[in-house]
Amino acid sequence: MSDLWIRIPLTSNYAAAYAAKDVDVDVVAAYPITPQTPVVERIAEFIANGELDAEMIHVESEHSALSACIGASATGARVFTATSAQGLELMHEMLFIASGLRLPIVMAIAARALSAPINIWCDYSDLMATRDSSWITVIASSAQEVYDSIIQMYRVAEDPEVLLPAMVAYDGFIMSHTYEPVYVAKDRAPILEYVPKNFKNRYRLDPDNPITMGAIADPNWYYEFKYQQVVAMRKAYEVVKKADEEFGKRFGRSYGFVETYKVEDVDIALLTYGGLYGTVQEAVDILREKGVKVGAIKLRVFRPFPYNELFNAIKNLKHLVVLDRAITFGGVIEGPVALEIATLLKFKSLDTNLYNYIVGIGQRTVTESDIIGIVDHVSKLIEKNVVPMESIYWGVRE
Amino acid sequence: MIYVKRTEIRWHGRGGQGVVTASIVLAEAAVYQGKYAQAYPEFGAERRGAPVRAYTRVSDEHIKTRAPILTPDVVVVMDPSLDKSIYLEGLKIGGILIINTKKSLDEVRKYIGRDDLKIARVDATKIALEVLKAPFVNMAMIGALVRVVPVIDLHYVEEVIKETFRPKVAELNIEAVRRAYQEVETL
Repeated sequence: MSDLWIRIPLTSNYAAAYAAKDVDVDVVAAYPITPQTPVVERIAEFIANGELDAEMIHVESEHSALSACIGASATGARVFTATSAQGLELMHEMLFIASGLRLPIVMAIAARALSAPINIWCDYSDLMATRDSSWITVIASSAQEVYDSIIQMYRVAEDPEVLLPAMVAYDGFIMSHTYEPVYVAKDRAPILEYVPKNFKNRYRLDPDNPITMGAIADPNWYYEFKYQQVVAMRKAYEVVKKADEEFGKRFGRSYGFVETYKVEDVDIALLTYGGLYGTVQEAVDILREKGVKVGAIKLRVFRPFPYNELFNAIKNLKHLVVLDRAITFGGVIEGPVALEIATLLKFKSLDTNLYNYIVGIGQRTVTESDIIGIVDHVSKLIEKNVVPMESIYWGVRE
Repeated sequence: MIYVKRTEIRWHGRGGQGVVTASIVLAEAAVYQGKYAQAYPEFGAERRGAPVRAYTRVSDEHIKTRAPILTPDVVVVMDPSLDKSIYLEGLKIGGILIINTKKSLDEVRKYIGRDDLKIARVDATKIALEVLKAPFVNMAMIGALVRVVPVIDLHYVEEVIKETFRPKVAELNIEAVRRAYQEVETL
């Protein structure tokens, strides 16, 4: 196994670039935006060094970046892009074109707060605003997971049963700019055995066999196209699982949809996503030393939403604390993941109490002390038998 | 105990002094030595001359947390003109302060005014001017650090420097590292 890998220090941005190199992408189009920029800088270096034979299309905006990716992917090329925040918003229109045309583009997102006011730091507002774009959505918690997930997502996106684009997100700055050890492939051959390039498994633009893509679909047909996307996303649920299992079999690393930490003996667990999960795990360790039994749960795949795995993870809990890193303004509760879980609880007839805390907005610092404070806060609510019917804005100055 | 094997280091200097590079080189050396490490910059607006911080965590075990280092075990000061309130902030009781200065250990100790700290001083600017002919002290400060806090072998620091810089610059930086390693003084 170790023959395949070399252990090197990389940021999550660089891990994303290494993944794109190791799946041998053909076309990259991206526009620089903090904190995503080093992804594309590193890919440009790979191309300049001859380590990657790809076309780098320089564009004037993120809208054009994704448009170029769409055009390239439509010809059957393997394509990659990356962005953050307003860049992802500028792509928003094209997100739906990519998924509607069923193009298996893979994109890295260094998650960043949305303007205004300008904030270049981390939260997940940008990612959560893409919820209904029909992109498979993974949120990684380490640079290793960024690298592995991007490779996995090519296998998922290009599966003929799926053919949907995929995004892999990670904390802007908190992960995008933090060096940590990552195992990367010494040689891309074993990676390409796992994600073989096969551009002939889908409809594509070919001058010798012309077709039209993106034609008008009138009310008599549009509905069926959208339903096909529903079916594809449902199939993706199984394909994501299999891709992860196969990755684990070949390479010894797999992640599942959901990860749990010390939840076997607890009534209370904290659920979050991205880099914050590690901090929550350490807070759990500290609390357990003090005799407070809590566990942690990580949501790794946001779309398709892993209702079965989450059900299994939370079914025995009395209380679930969801730490959301984005806000859905005006929602019944305002944490986007909490909102999904509330739906899950209802439809699975679970009587687990749900507490939603909003944290880390615009990269407001979250330490183990904050997590311990939240557990203390929720414990007092439990004592009083109170389940708030609204999100709690941890540490905000009102 | 959970954190016994972890060392948290905060680097201080000014924009352009290579503070972030130092934090990364140390983490890289740790990773090549087979340890676990994180290195990250202060995520503010970086500009030349402004006070800059960067952080390195080194551990024998996988590091889960991504919380910022607020109470470092070790503080490294590249620019002695920084106000001490900046770099002493949060430094643990019994922590280690490594400072680039022309002052004697005794003078530094009096100026710092904290008896709990283990203080180390090195005239890294003098070393840098003599060896590199320029006041780039960041690699020299790593030399001082790995002497005072032996979490990483000098060998791996030198390997990373060889990988990071052009051969001639690497050679000079390694010389600066070795000199600071030799010349650093502690109470």
